[in-house]
Amino acid sequence: MDVRFTPEQRILRQSVKQVINRLGLSAVADLADEQRAARLDEAVEESDWRRLRAPDEAGNPWASGVEAAIVAEALGHGLADVPFLGPTLAMELRRLAKASAATGRETVGLRRNLSALASPGEPAVAIDAACAESVLLLAADGTLASVKLRGQPAATDLTRPSVPIPTAEAVTVGSLTEADRQRWIALALTLTTADLVGSMQGALDLAVTYAGQRAQYGKRIGSFQAVAHLLADAVVHIEGARAALLYAAWGVDALDPWDAVAAAASAKAYAARAARSVCETCIQVHGGIGNSWECLAHVYLRRTLLATDVLGGVGPNLARVLEHVGLKGRL
Amino acid sequence: MDFNDSAEEADFRGQLRAWLVENNPHLPASSTSDTYWARQPDWHRSLYRAGFFGLSWPVRYGGHERPTVYEVIVDEELAAAGAPPRPNLGYLVHALLEHANDDIRDRFLPDLISGDARWCQGFSEPDAGSDLAALRTRATRAGDDYVVTGHKVWTSYSDVADWCLLLARTDPQARNHKGLSAFAIPMDQPAITQRPLKMINGVAREFGEVTFDAAVVPSSNMIGSPGDGWAVAMTVLAHEREPQELGNASRYRKTVKQLQKLVRDDPEGYDAEQFRQLAWATVESDMLAHLVSRRLSERLDGVAHGVEGSVDKLLMTWVEQAVGHAAVDLAGAAQDEIDASMLATYLYSRAQSVMGGTAQIQRNLIAHRVLGLPRS
Repeated sequence: MDVRFTPEQRILRQSVKQVINRLGLSAVADLADEQRAARLDEAVEESDWRRLRAPDEAGNPWASGVEAAIVAEALGHGLADVPFLGPTLAMELRRLAKASAATGRETVGLRRNLSALASPGEPAVAIDAACAESVLLLAADGTLASVKLRGQPAATDLTRPSVPIPTAEAVTVGSLTEADRQRWIALALTLTTADLVGSMQGALDLAVTYAGQRAQYGKRIGSFQAVAHLLADAVVHIEGARAALLYAAWGVDALDPWDAVAAAASAKAYAARAARSVCETCIQVHGGIGNSWECLAHVYLRRTLLATDVLGGVGPNLARVLEHVGLKGRL
Repeated sequence: MDFNDSAEEADFRGQLRAWLVENNPHLPASSTSDTYWARQPDWHRSLYRAGFFGLSWPVRYGGHERPTVYEVIVDEELAAAGAPPRPNLGYLVHALLEHANDDIRDRFLPDLISGDARWCQGFSEPDAGSDLAALRTRATRAGDDYVVTGHKVWTSYSDVADWCLLLARTDPQARNHKGLSAFAIPMDQPAITQRPLKMINGVAREFGEVTFDAAVVPSSNMIGSPGDGWAVAMTVLAHEREPQELGNASRYRKTVKQLQKLVRDDPEGYDAEQFRQLAWATVESDMLAHLVSRRLSERLDGVAHGVEGSVDKLLMTWVEQAVGHAAVDLAGAAQDEIDASMLATYLYSRAQSVMGGTAQIQRNLIAHRVLGLPRS
């Protein structure tokens, strides 16, 4: 057993952080800076991070779930308002289905509550859909189909808009086995967990900085135990989520698909609960400011709300964990 | 990155598994029974003789100088086989390795590791709990000896101990932690009396209360120099905070597996809230096992753990208490042997947020040392 990151993985993490530091959000007003967003998108496109799960000659992904999680975490930390989750999951669907590459930007279509991939014809939304020209849907029989995307993006998550999927002709691009579908679920749960871990850390960093500056009663508020203990608990939540994430990320390619889903579901349940707590702590520590639109706290919270709902938050994933130990349908 | 065993690790695991088939004493869990504590010394010596104890410690003192991951493999396999956990000595061994001179290490470590000598730890006092540096037990120099007077509490295994790692005040003039020294004091003397402390789970053989009434310890038994006591105590506490040292992750997973079986045997007998508790206990205990893997791997880079110990201690606490809640809510009030053991598991879990530094103290440490928040 040796679960250290490789030197290449450390470099990858560093390079995502560098791009984020240069072009990421540092204030809510930056969301409106289209030039910045376009340059960030360009940098991400040039980096090939969206093609980590593209197939090599043998059909295996270019990079493992660990690399994909490293990128997702760093982008979540920096509130990157560029597509990554959607395109990566679309790429993985095409790889597993042995389909040809998409001609333009693509993302995935989920059921209205985001809990699973949508079938063609049912009400569905394309997530992380900025710039996406098409969206992939999966029929119950494993048929993978592509639909052209049009319509106005709307957003709970201010960094990643969703678009309702039009009832349009679906073009079959391939098909997935049940094992493929499980493998994809494991990746989707792992990437959303990584996104949650990154966003949680970003929210904590924001709150710690504020607690070290804001003064009341003549003292910086971080010196009060009532505030300090909230932030200490946030550290513990994040560390736990990170530990579960690492195993899930490794498991995406190293475990059999059903074990990989269980590992990822376990990590997702842990991270979803933790993210809510940490982001709410961030708002609380900021006091009134934390409840204002101008504070980044709600941008972190909103990002975690989307990441939580994609393939399910606490409830559906606790159910997956129980199913894996022989207790199906009990939650 | 690989969570799987290397070839060498797998080979070791196989040998241990084979040995356990013949040598598992099938004792009850430590948290639930005095029988465990009565027979633990034999179990310790049995593990040691077979080469499955002290795996990461120096060969010179009876260890095997393997990476710490081997200790965790032992924890995992003991739990999987339903065998008793590995006796917990890491905090003592590391305290002696880091702070004692060669003479003391040579005199004490071999018997400590082999299980031929029993040790207890005399730190806390009735008026010195979280504020350990306020302790009042005095050790006064008298020729080649020190004379010890005071009162210790929460002294683990004091009833069977041959030796006590004692923290006492040697310099009454120095402020708080500066005047403390550590000793290896022999327990077998009339000036030392001990009485057991019965805990809320009914176990009376784990903790004791010890009175020193002019007890004698040779000055050559001082661990480190006069005034080093606080540093020794910090080493001990750091090791008591690390789940990889304690084998707790495997212990929790074992309890969770028992609970899963309980529920599978009669799934209609439980409600949604109980299923949720079981799911959380599964998630939490798995997470801790992965954290242990990560910490062990970081050690391969020579990362010595400092302040994150408090984070890990709190995580371990949250896991143990989530498992404890599942245990009591699924098994309910004690009706049979399994229920009774689950109740005791729950009751024991309440101590995890107190021993080795309370949860509140860990939060203070995280706030100041990890987050760098201002002090009040």
